Amino acid sequence: MLEIKNLQVTAEDKEILRGIDLSVNKGEVHAIMGPNGSGKSTLARALSGHPEYQVTGGQVLFEGRDLLDMDPDERAREGVFMAFQYPVEIAGVNNAYFLKAALNAKRKHQGLPELDAMEFMSLVNDKAKLLEIDKSMLSRAVNEGFSGGEKKRNEIFQMALLEPTLAILDETDSGLDIDALKLVANGVNAMRSPERAFIVVTHYQRLLNYIVPDFVHVLSGGRIVKSGGKELALELEQKGYGWIEAA
Amino acid sequence: MTPQLAEKPKSVPFASAFDQRPHGGPRWLEDLRARGAARFAALGLPTVREEEWRFTNVAPIGASEFTLAEPVSGVADQLAGFAYSDAPVRLVVVNGRYDSTLSRTRGLPQGVRVGSLAQAMTDHADVVQRYFGQLADFTHRSFAALNTAFVQDGAYVYLPDNVILDTPIHVVFVTGAEAARVMAHPRTLVVASAGSQCRIVESYIGAEGQTYFTNGVSEVFVAENAIVDHYKVQQESLDAFHVASLHAHTARSATFSSHSFALGGKLVRNDALAILDGEGGECTLNGLYLADRERLIDNHTAIDHAKPHCPSHEVYKGILGGTARAVFNGKIIVRQDAQKTDAKQTNRALLLTDGATINTKPQLEIFADDVKCTHGAAIGQLDDDAIFYLRARGLTYADARDMMIHAFAAEILDRVKIEPLRQALEAELFEQLARDLAEVDGART
Ligand SMILES: Nc1ncnc2c1ncn2[C@@H]1O[C@H](COP(=O)(O)OP(=O)(O)OP(=O)(O)O)[C@@H](O)[C@H]1O
Ligand SMILES: [Mg+2]
Repeated sequence: MLEIKNLQVTAEDKEILRGIDLSVNKGEVHAIMGPNGSGKSTLARALSGHPEYQVTGGQVLFEGRDLLDMDPDERAREGVFMAFQYPVEIAGVNNAYFLKAALNAKRKHQGLPELDAMEFMSLVNDKAKLLEIDKSMLSRAVNEGFSGGEKKRNEIFQMALLEPTLAILDETDSGLDIDALKLVANGVNAMRSPERAFIVVTHYQRLLNYIVPDFVHVLSGGRIVKSGGKELALELEQKGYGWIEAA
Repeated sequence: MTPQLAEKPKSVPFASAFDQRPHGGPRWLEDLRARGAARFAALGLPTVREEEWRFTNVAPIGASEFTLAEPVSGVADQLAGFAYSDAPVRLVVVNGRYDSTLSRTRGLPQGVRVGSLAQAMTDHADVVQRYFGQLADFTHRSFAALNTAFVQDGAYVYLPDNVILDTPIHVVFVTGAEAARVMAHPRTLVVASAGSQCRIVESYIGAEGQTYFTNGVSEVFVAENAIVDHYKVQQESLDAFHVASLHAHTARSATFSSHSFALGGKLVRNDALAILDGEGGECTLNGLYLADRERLIDNHTAIDHAKPHCPSHEVYKGILGGTARAVFNGKIIVRQDAQKTDAKQTNRALLLTDGATINTKPQLEIFADDVKCTHGAAIGQLDDDAIFYLRARGLTYADARDMMIHAFAAEILDRVKIEPLRQALEAELFEQLARDLAEVDGART
């Protein structure tokens, strides 16, 4: 589904990713861990097409197509979703209105009929229940005045609505209490399917108790320095990153 | 700011028009015109050396030698294609003269008077004479002096005590002529007696492509416990000059709100001035303006808190493209007497291009000690992070941007309480934006 080959990325002329190779198949969950500043968010943002990040080398194929050639919105409509590490507050833009527009943009792209207000609301009600999204969050402005936990849940809620084929979660667990963490994990697990893949960026092995990954990769200094199975996360939790970086 | 008489130009603009100044009407009116003319002769047009006009050079208005227009027939088709043109009650003023054939004034409650101001000067002389010109002081305001020198007609709205008008009164000012550069000096007088309520919409329109000059003055008196909700919709031709002042006076427990939408005009200056002159009065001055190309929109507001316990609210928002310029100056005066004043002012502008600019200034003059006054200004471009966030969910760049601009404008649009007007304004705004943005996008790629 996703083939990343020797991806090199800079921001403000600073080299951040120095050759990432990663292959993600349908149905898989890949966890990406690594110290602060190692380039995890940069990878997520580069995959979603953030304009501040320049790809200076390498290739990314998404379902056989050149992902890097697509605008960010086209990537989203094609089924790539990134849950932001820091979701943006957008004053005045109503959350439900925005979500309906986003969902219909995608449906239109897929050649599906757009949902009317009624159909949209019933879909929203289903998904909101799962993530315990309060109805009032929908009538507020996008992320505005949301608590940290509400913002993260809202990201997963959007993912549930948009049903991406590839979801990249950038530290969606950071700052969540255990109840919110379980909600988020349940939301993700409910969406796991043989047709869908996840890249989960996290600092904490705890999340991976709930969202059990197929692979764990360690990113350091802009490169993947180690890959393994879910045991690797446990090992990292105990030993930190030093032993890998030293190796 | 006192005018510096020594610096005034020797030749008075519009000299030829002055020869055609209107005459007639009651004696007090003749006197008033003469005083206006004398004052304008002394003041001349303002220059950028005056603080109030620092960023707005009106020399092109003086240079254009506008003449007075005859009221024209054949404006009926112009009366179709603008916001809220299907209003059930409307007063049409063509080149400063009330046109009864184009107006619709039937079906209003007993005692309500709407129609020609010139007519009211004779028919309703006692009321008109008591209020007319009481707010629009022209000692230091040369455009008000100019208007006064040419006072002849306009729109008149009078509500007796306790009458509640459900139907908005739509006043439409049409200016322009096909072959000539004309000017008009329309007046509006609204008197809302104690306990009455009404909504007034003033629309300013003209045929696209015509160069003309509208110089309007409106006075609104809101008596004790009355409520006036005022809308100004300026949709002049993009080649027109528009200068207008709105003066409002609130008595005890009276409420005045004004919503100004400036969509047209090449050089536009709006003054909105409210005096909170009775305890417990309340005033809202809101505005939304849109300028592209090389247009200039200048909003000057002043809220004068003269009595205690009056809240005032003010939000002005601008959307600027091209090399458009905007000026916002929001003055809040709190007199010594006006304890417990609560004044809030916000001024925001969205610059869609690097070439667009705004000069903005709050001006607080506070003489009381137990008051709350807040003001804030925010000028900026669209937030890139927000645009990216929306795009990352599948919205195109254009859709994301529209959504952000919508959100920006909604704060003002949503307060329009006349639903067909709100819808029309929204549609008009986005039609115009589409044009502006096509230019911006052209520059982007
Ligand atoms: N837009 C940017 N402009 C300049 N430098 C950037 C930009 N984004 C990231 N960087 C730099 O690139 C490096 C990697 O940042 P990134 O956010 O990808 O790290 P991270 O692994 O996600 O860290 P964390 O665990 O703290 O979230 C850091 O040194 C950061 O300062
Ligand atoms: Mg990060």
